[in-house]
Amino acid sequence: MGAAKQALRATLGEGPEVSMADDGPDGALPARQAATGLKVLPIVEGLVLIVALILPLFLQDYLTVFATRVVILALFALSFDLVWGYAGIMSFGQALFFGAAGYGVALMARDLNITSILLVLPAGTLIGLTSSLLLGGFLLLGRHPSSVIFVALGTLTGSYAADRLARGWYYLGGQNGIPSIPPMSLGSYDLTEGPVYYYFALGILAIVYLLCRFLVRSQFGLALAGLRENEQRIAFFGYKTQHLKAIVFAVGGTIAGLAGSLYAFHEGFVWPNMLGVVISTQVVLYVLFGGSGTLIGAVIGAVIIEGVSFWLSDNYREIWPIILGVLLLLVILFRPLGLISFVLGERERVGSFGAARKEKRNAAP
Amino acid sequence: MPLLEATGIGKVFGKLTALDGAALTVGENEFHGLIGPNGSGKSTLMKCVAGAEMPTRGKVSFVNRDITALSPTERARAGMSLKFQITSVLPNLTLYDNILLALQAQSSLFDLVFSRTRGVLHDHVMTMLSQFRLADRAHDAAAALSHGQQQWLEIAMALAGKPRLLLLDEPTGGMSLEERRVTGELLQPIKRHCSLVIVEHDLDFIRDICDRLTVLDQGRVLASGTVAEIQANRNVQEIYLRRA
Repeated sequence: MGAAKQALRATLGEGPEVSMADDGPDGALPARQAATGLKVLPIVEGLVLIVALILPLFLQDYLTVFATRVVILALFALSFDLVWGYAGIMSFGQALFFGAAGYGVALMARDLNITSILLVLPAGTLIGLTSSLLLGGFLLLGRHPSSVIFVALGTLTGSYAADRLARGWYYLGGQNGIPSIPPMSLGSYDLTEGPVYYYFALGILAIVYLLCRFLVRSQFGLALAGLRENEQRIAFFGYKTQHLKAIVFAVGGTIAGLAGSLYAFHEGFVWPNMLGVVISTQVVLYVLFGGSGTLIGAVIGAVIIEGVSFWLSDNYREIWPIILGVLLLLVILFRPLGLISFVLGERERVGSFGAARKEKRNAAP
Repeated sequence: MPLLEATGIGKVFGKLTALDGAALTVGENEFHGLIGPNGSGKSTLMKCVAGAEMPTRGKVSFVNRDITALSPTERARAGMSLKFQITSVLPNLTLYDNILLALQAQSSLFDLVFSRTRGVLHDHVMTMLSQFRLADRAHDAAAALSHGQQQWLEIAMALAGKPRLLLLDEPTGGMSLEERRVTGELLQPIKRHCSLVIVEHDLDFIRDICDRLTVLDQGRVLASGTVAEIQANRNVQEIYLRRA
């Protein structure tokens, strides 16, 4: 945290001439790392994983429950990071898929008594996929490429409308949502909140993380890098940019659906907010705060924002939202690439994609 | 049958008529220069051919096919490639990845997700880079290149998809004399498999590398023919003298 303060002070000291855009991570650390060819990202990822693995050993039960919620929200953050950080689609309605899946599995449990993990998780994932395909198809696959504003407003509206719809729909429990969802089950075993749920969610997060990592480092990931840097340019290469976007949007929706179903069963109830603008915005903040365009940044952002909110609300009961807001503003103003940019250089953040990667590694002694 | 044939192209921006019945015909393996005074509509005609602008009227055919209404992506897939006037290499990606990005544009989604063409394209990427004298900088970010080198990288990217026709909008803009000379050299070998349309202010450069020229003035074709014919044309001499 000391390094963070120092860098912040340095940025503040240099006044308004400092460009806020891309020169962020030029600190001493990334520069040194570029010189030695040292990879920071795997180290950060390893550290986060180790901490996550041993955490429940040191936490009281109620904190493990809290940590589980954070793990699920980190999964949700990944979905938004793919969509915004990698494909450059401003989705202000990511909660729509999160909440739709949550409601879907809640209804399955309430009305059909289906709680088997083997059924509800695939169902929630499928709901996320279907709803994001529909909305994404509508917003992104028009005759002409859709503008950022159109997509941002379209997703925002979708999320808002879903929230209102759920509030007014008696079958969905109206304002109160659907309470007392029974726990997920595997055979006769009930998965209730606690360390087992924590490790279960962490396992899913790790698997999804690895799949996303595979995707964003593939040649498809290179196409996405081109897409967010200069969409028009790569269209002239012959890329179907709108299709690329719709695909990533659907992948993001799928992950959000998975996260939403885990969340619904973990909390034991679903309510209209889960679909709405508040959660949609929250996930944007996780990713901006941690560092969009890096997968681990999304995870770190979710963990830190939730962790800090939890701690602040305990210690500064009345003014904690203001402290949190100021903190978020400072990071977003002075570190537009997020917290991760304190340790991660621009070159490594973007990465390289070619077969030459291996060659280079072999060449280095 | 010519490779590219654009006829009766009109383009109106609000009250401004940029093109008024312009035409352009390019044969196979032909280097064609598009010249004219400032504001004569060269770049607009180029954009109408490339699909960056839709002409208000007229028809563009390419390889015996009407492409007037096709999107840039569809034109690229039909074998047409455009190098922008303003360099638009992707600055944060390495040179290597810039070229790979251009080369893999035709790969299927499945191949992209599982990186199945990465190995196959490796030699191709390195050949393109050495052809444009950039091989030793393959792993630098494109932003670190000089302006001239960025232009070469951009030309290499435009050539990556093995286009039948390459459209170059001011390739030597902002280049030193030496860089212009090298650019001319770098372009010569592509004549074997590709035609070229060049919009360019540097008439010496145009004269050195082009086979045929089309001269535009106020949105219309003033003259079209071989370099020698154009040089002998009185009308052309006049507009260049008038504006000089």
